[in-house]
This record gives sequence, C-alpha cells and structure tokens, in this order.
Amino acid sequence: MISRGERLGNYAVLALFAVIAVYPVLLILQTALSNDQIGGGGSFHWENFADAWDQGHFGSYLRTSVIVAVLVVGLSTLLSILAGYAFGTMRFRGSEVIFYLILLGIMVPAEALVIALYFDLRELGLTNTLVAIVMPQVAQSTAFGTFWMRAYFRGSSREVIEAARIDGAGHWATLWRILVPMGRPALTTMIVLVFMWTWNEFLIPLIMATDESLRTAPLGLAFFQGQYTSGTALLAAGATLVALPVVVLYLFLQRHFIRGMVEGAVK
Amino acid sequence: MAAAIGRRPGEPRRVAYLYILPAVLVFGLFILFPLIRTAQFSLYEWNGLGASSWAGFQNYRDVFTEPQLRGAFVHALVLVVFYAVVPVLLGLLLAATMSRAVLRGLGFFRVVLFLPQVIPMVVVAIAWRQIYEPNGPLNDLLRSVGLGALARPWLGDYTWALPSVGIVGTWVGTGLCLVLFLAGMSRIPRELYEAARLDGAGPFREFRAITLPSLRGELAVALTLTVIAALKTFDLVYVMTSGGPGTETTVPSYQVYNNAFLLGRVGTATALAIVLTLVVFVATVLINRVGERGQR
Repeated sequence: MISRGERLGNYAVLALFAVIAVYPVLLILQTALSNDQIGGGGSFHWENFADAWDQGHFGSYLRTSVIVAVLVVGLSTLLSILAGYAFGTMRFRGSEVIFYLILLGIMVPAEALVIALYFDLRELGLTNTLVAIVMPQVAQSTAFGTFWMRAYFRGSSREVIEAARIDGAGHWATLWRILVPMGRPALTTMIVLVFMWTWNEFLIPLIMATDESLRTAPLGLAFFQGQYTSGTALLAAGATLVALPVVVLYLFLQRHFIRGMVEGAVK
Repeated sequence: MAAAIGRRPGEPRRVAYLYILPAVLVFGLFILFPLIRTAQFSLYEWNGLGASSWAGFQNYRDVFTEPQLRGAFVHALVLVVFYAVVPVLLGLLLAATMSRAVLRGLGFFRVVLFLPQVIPMVVVAIAWRQIYEPNGPLNDLLRSVGLGALARPWLGDYTWALPSVGIVGTWVGTGLCLVLFLAGMSRIPRELYEAARLDGAGPFREFRAITLPSLRGELAVALTLTVIAALKTFDLVYVMTSGGPGTETTVPSYQVYNNAFLLGRVGTATALAIVLTLVVFVATVLINRVGERGQR
C-alpha cells in the first residue's frame, strides 16, 4: 500500500530522532569512561566509577536514595491500597468530597508546600532528618496512588468480590488475598512510577537535607557539579551511577513507565 | 476479626473510614496543612529568622510588579513554547507523515524515544552543560560545517541562554509526544483514510478531518505533561545556569527557592509559590477541558 521509498523515509526519520534521544546519554557514558589524568594509558577507564563511588561519595548518596525510595514506595503503596480500596468499593458519607480534595492535592506543586513545611519542621527540630525528606513525598505519592488504586478497584469485577464474600472472606481478606494479587499489573505500574518520581526528586531533599550524609543521589550530583569544573570524567561517572537504577528498571518495565505516565497525567 | 464483620452485606461503610484514615492523615499533615501555611506566610513579611510583620497583599503586588519576579513568569512562558508547543507540533507532523505506514519494530523506537522522560533531570542538565560548553560538541559541530561564527558559550550568552535551556525541554518532550501520537494513530481504522482518499481528500484535509480529531485525548495528555513540566522547571535551571547570566534564565520555581533561602524574603517566595500553583491548576483544567470536549 505504501511505497518502499516512503517506508525507508519513515524509518530514517525515526532513526534520526532516536539518535538525538540517545546522544546525550552516550556522551555522558563516553566521558565517564574517558581518561581524566594526563598521561594515563588504556581506552576504557572503569576505575572512574570506583573513584566516583569512594572519592565522590556517590556510594553514600546512592545509599540514602535507596533508603528514601524504599520508605516512600513502601509507605505510599500501603496507604494507597487501603484508601483506594475504600474509595473504589465502599460507599460512605463524604467519600466524594474527600476524594476530590485528594485529587486536587495531586496538582499542588512541591514549591507550594516545602517552604512552609521547612520552617514548621524546623520549629520541631525535624529538618535534616529522613522524616522531612520522606514524608512530603509519601503524601504526594499517596495522593496519586489513591487516585490510581481507586480506578483499579472500581474496575475490578463485582462478581469476584461477591464470590469472596459468599466464601466467607471479610473485606480485609478479600483485599489482601484476592484483589491485591489480581491487581499486580496496576500495582507494578504505580510502584514503578512512584519509584521514578522519588529517585529523581530534587527540590524536597535540596531544602530539607542540609547535612551531606542525608544527600540523595541527584542532590549529591548537583553539589559535586557545583564544586568542580564540569565535564570531568568523575562527574560523568557519578551522573551515570545516579541514572543507572532508573534506566535499568525502565529497560525491563518500559511498558509500565509509558502506560503509567500517560494514564497518570494528572500529576 | 475483620472476617466476622465483613460477612454482613453492606457493612463496609463505617470501616471505610479506617481504611482511608492513614492516607487522609498523611495528606492533611504534609499537603493540606503546609498549603494553608504557605497561603498564610504569603501575607506576611518575614526573613525566616526574626519577627514577622503583616504585609497584606503587598507580596502579591511585588510578584506582579517587580521586574525580576514578573520576568520569571515571562521566562516560564517562553519555556512552554520550547517544552510543549514545539514537541507537540513536531510530534504531530511526524506522526502525520507516518500515518499511512504500518511500521515494524516500533517497539524499539518507542523505548529509545521515551528514554529522556525517565532520566533524572540533574543528569540531563549535566549532559547538556557539556554539549553547550565553549569547546563542547555543539560548537565543534558548528565549526566543522563552517558556521564557526555562530559558536559561543551558549549558557553564558544573554540572548541564547534561555533558548538553550528550552531546547533541553524540547529534547525531553519530543519523544514523549511522538510515542503518544504514534500509539494514537495506530488505533485509527485504516478504512477511514481509504474512504477519505476515495472522496478525493488530500493529505492536509486527511490530517484535519481524521487524524487531528482522533488524537484529542493524546494531545491533552501530551500538553498536560509538557506544560506542567515547563511551568515547574527547577532542577534544570538550578544545575545549568543558576538563573544566569544576570537573571536571564530565572523561572518561578527558582525564584521561590532563591527568595526563601538566599534572599530571606519568605513572604515573597510563598506568594510566588501560590501564584505558580494557581497557574498550574488553571493550565491543567483548561487543557483537560479541551481534551474532553473533543472526545464527545
């Protein structure tokens, strides 16, 4: 139906855009493997990664990021499942109002929360703690997750819930033994998205963490960049380490990333 | 315990409050309450340490009259063009030219084109800083094709710094738009195009009558994601330019941070944050209104 020339042309255009999309990534990788010291031999300098890990403190930054990500993903997933279940399958007074309030909350940018939160938490002596970094992100992700899980629970078949009830399962057992295992795809998408947002978050840790020991990976990278002249192999190696976890996860679960961002565009 | 209660039909009404309690608590403490406090802060003048004094709406007046603060919003509008308008137009153009083909291997291109969306912005900023350096790849390219006169330190140039930051947004957004629109196009029945062609419709009419209306939903999603990303730009500016040279690349988010923590103007910063929130709200609602109307 279409000519060979046109087909080739289409592929050429797609290929051009693909090259533009990966070029900055490859540039960083190439710089990360390049020679930083004058006079050193060899072509691939893998030791840059070890240097970034130790001398650049990226090992410590990544550890903080892992802790923050595990806490935010774990807590917000749990709270979202519970709240989404109630909003999606139960009827109770005020449910509409509360749900729409949460939905509005999804749209509030972090800029409108962190300043007041910083000064109030400072009163309580809680700035520069994991609580200050983790909890605002748990709240934002729970707002999104509640919206996301409500949609799943609403769509889950009524017959399944009825059957579970006839079999004598209570609402608690129905949720954890039947609906949650059945909702693996929806849950995976939500977890993947929340992980990405948490891992890439910059503003909240920037304001809340003043200690170097609490710096998350993107934050550590930004400070490292500000301290030394840019373009060095060490900086690029650090950047690679910071991006690696999200990119690897993306390569394995790309459908979830794309579907999640498209369907969750409210955030 | 729960099993015994759950057996009665219609019971899970009051228990619902228990299920939503943790989420509502966290939401109230870390979103609703800080938001209200932000609004409250915005009515005072405070340097973050000493005593504060009532300012009424003076902070809001500053947001709209101080050239530097107003300028931040103008820059955000420029970024909307680079982050949202250009990627959407490019995506539509490309999707339209490919509409007639059933392409194999689209999965591979989808993975690659969407990649810029998942990389941490700080990493993106560092990669592009390197590209824009005086002796970086961009200037090398210009020199090698005989356009050396155009080479410059892009991020230090008063005219070119903001467009240079914007181009990064275009890079992040274009793949997203293309992936979305190609997916949308694949759902349009081919018969529609064949029928239109039999009626003698040219490619342009085809696009306006079939392609564009079918992509309303995708268009709304693409615009929501890219416009909000443009309005909330922070990491990129913080790492690439710190708002400079001068104040050529300051954006609302950066001014919020700058005023609250570097200039000691907490009231101004919070007023700015409230205005930014309202802009984000209005933009989101408007875009989705248009998207919904098209689907009916």
